[in-house]
Amino acid sequence: MELSEEIIRLHYDINDEDFSAAGEASSAVKKTLSRLGVSPETVKRVAIAMYEAEINAVIHADGGAADIEITPQQIKVVISDRGPGIPNMEAAMQPGFSTATESVRELGFGAGMGLPNMKRYTDEMYVDTKIGVGTTVTLIVKI
Amino acid sequence: MLKVREIVKILDAEVLTGEDQMDMEIYSGCGADLMSDVMAFVKESVILCTGLVNPQVVRTAEMMDIKVLCFVRGKVPGEVILDLAREKGITILTTKHPLFITCGMLYSAGIQGRGVWN
Ligand SMILES: Nc1ncnc2c1ncn2[C@@H]1O[C@H](COP(=O)(O)OP(=O)(O)OP(=O)(O)O)[C@@H](O)[C@H]1O
Ligand SMILES: [Mg+2]
Repeated sequence: MELSEEIIRLHYDINDEDFSAAGEASSAVKKTLSRLGVSPETVKRVAIAMYEAEINAVIHADGGAADIEITPQQIKVVISDRGPGIPNMEAAMQPGFSTATESVRELGFGAGMGLPNMKRYTDEMYVDTKIGVGTTVTLIVKI
Repeated sequence: MLKVREIVKILDAEVLTGEDQMDMEIYSGCGADLMSDVMAFVKESVILCTGLVNPQVVRTAEMMDIKVLCFVRGKVPGEVILDLAREKGITILTTKHPLFITCGMLYSAGIQGRGVWN
């Protein structure tokens, strides 16, 4: 496999039943990008941002799906869930803002850094969220 | 810079995986129990010291290309975590020292916390 003009599309279901499995989709994408010869720095940026979004779909919603589109110009990751939605996006983007419960913090999440980290490592980030319907996070990293 | 074998000696640590990686060179370190705090700064040749014991520590290390993990306060991870670490080529150490002391010992011995992208 190598980067060509053809668009490479990948799809993964994000399951919320087994927390230890969270991150498997990001891990698979990281491997694929490395295999395609994408630079380590770009691979790392995609991996971290996608992993944060994948974890959010598990801990704040009840899982969802990941759709990835790879072209020679950019890598686009779309993580969507049918969870509760985010009531105040401006607050959620603030470093340190978290509604995570103590049980989530015991799992190592809830620093309120996930969304800021996604912003930091991507070139473009869009969040489409609706209360009671779900959240879709789009992450774009240019190659 | 410290080699992993020197870190093992300084922390009086036990090596649980990656016994063949003792000559790897470590330049910077990070100590945290919340994984998104770890992911906020990208560094190179890092050791991650943490009191959190679950597979997501190994996943976080994988995403960040962190090759050495040290569990503190005598925590010994189970086989699921160790197997995942072996699969990802990650070295796991465990030390009896608490997190603050562990970080302090490594810092005093020459490991810094500096990031590369920020
Ligand atoms: N997919 C989602 N569905 C519902 N709420 C979300 C979702 N993603 C984020 N949020 C809300 O936004 C807040 C901030 O998210 P962010 O990822 O920055 O921090 P966190 O997940 O709480 O902690 P961390 O990512 O540092 O482990 C969350 O605490 C939660 O209230
Ligand atoms: Mg998060």
